[in-house]
Amino acid sequence: MVSYRTPLSRARGLGAAKHGVGHWIAERVTAVALVPLVLWALAAALTLAKVDYAGAVAWLRATPVNPVLLVLLVAIGFWHMHAGLRVVVEDYIHVPMSKAGLLLLNLFVCALAGSLAVFSILKVALGGA
Amino acid sequence: MTDTSRRLREPPLSPHLQVWRWHVTMLTSILHRASGVALYVGALVLAAWAMSLAAGPEAYGTFKAALGSFPGKVVLFAMTAAVFYHLANGVRHLVWDAGHGLDIKTADVTAYFVIGFAAVATLAFWIAAAMMGAL
Repeated sequence: MVSYRTPLSRARGLGAAKHGVGHWIAERVTAVALVPLVLWALAAALTLAKVDYAGAVAWLRATPVNPVLLVLLVAIGFWHMHAGLRVVVEDYIHVPMSKAGLLLLNLFVCALAGSLAVFSILKVALGGA
Repeated sequence: MTDTSRRLREPPLSPHLQVWRWHVTMLTSILHRASGVALYVGALVLAAWAMSLAAGPEAYGTFKAALGSFPGKVVLFAMTAAVFYHLANGVRHLVWDAGHGLDIKTADVTAYFVIGFAAVATLAFWIAAAMMGAL
C-alpha cells in the first residue's frame, strides 16, 4: 500500500535516540576522569613494582588516598571500557543474537571483574587480608 | 493493490577499507580502537593483581613473578604503549569533541604528535623503571 504519511509522521513515535547522548557523554566524562587517574596509576605501578606483598599492603594502608584512587581507577576504568567495547561490538557485529550475547558478555565481564577488584582492594585496605 | 512487492532500494555503502589512500589519521583511528581493546586485557590484569593481593603473600608472589618474567614484561610493555597511546589520542578526541583541531592539517600534526608521544613516553617509563630498580 502506498503510504500517504509524511516522512516526519512515520518517524514520530518510533523513539528518538535520546539515550545515545547519555552514553556519548558518559564515555567523555569517564575519559576526562581517567587522564589524571591513569597518570597517577603509572607512577604507583613504578612504586609497587619495587616492593613485595608486605610493601604493597603497606602502600594500600598508608593513607586513604591510595585505595580510594585505586578504586576510582578500577570503577571508572571498567565503566569506560564497557562503553568503548560496546561501540566496537555495535559497529562490527551485525548478527542479532551474537550482538546481544557479546553486549551482555561485555557488561557481565566488566561488572564482575570490576567488582572483584574493588572488593579485593577494600579487603586489603581495611585490614582483612 | 499497488507495488507491495517493490523492494526497498539498497542503501549506499561507504567505500571499503582498501580503496582509501593510506593516511596517518586513519592509522591513529585504528590504533585508538586497537589500544582500547588491548587495555581491556590490561584492566583484567589489574583486577587479577588486586585479587592476588587479597589472596595473600603466596598468591601475590606467584602473580608478581609472572608479571616480572620475560613474557610478562613483554605484555606489560605492550600495555604501557597502549596506555600512553590511548591516553594521548583520547585527549586529542576530547579536543575534537570541543570543536577544535578538526581541519586536515591540524589533525595530521596532532596524529604524528600522539604517535611520537606514545613512543617516547613508553621508552621513558621503562627507562625510569630500570633506573629506579623496578624491573
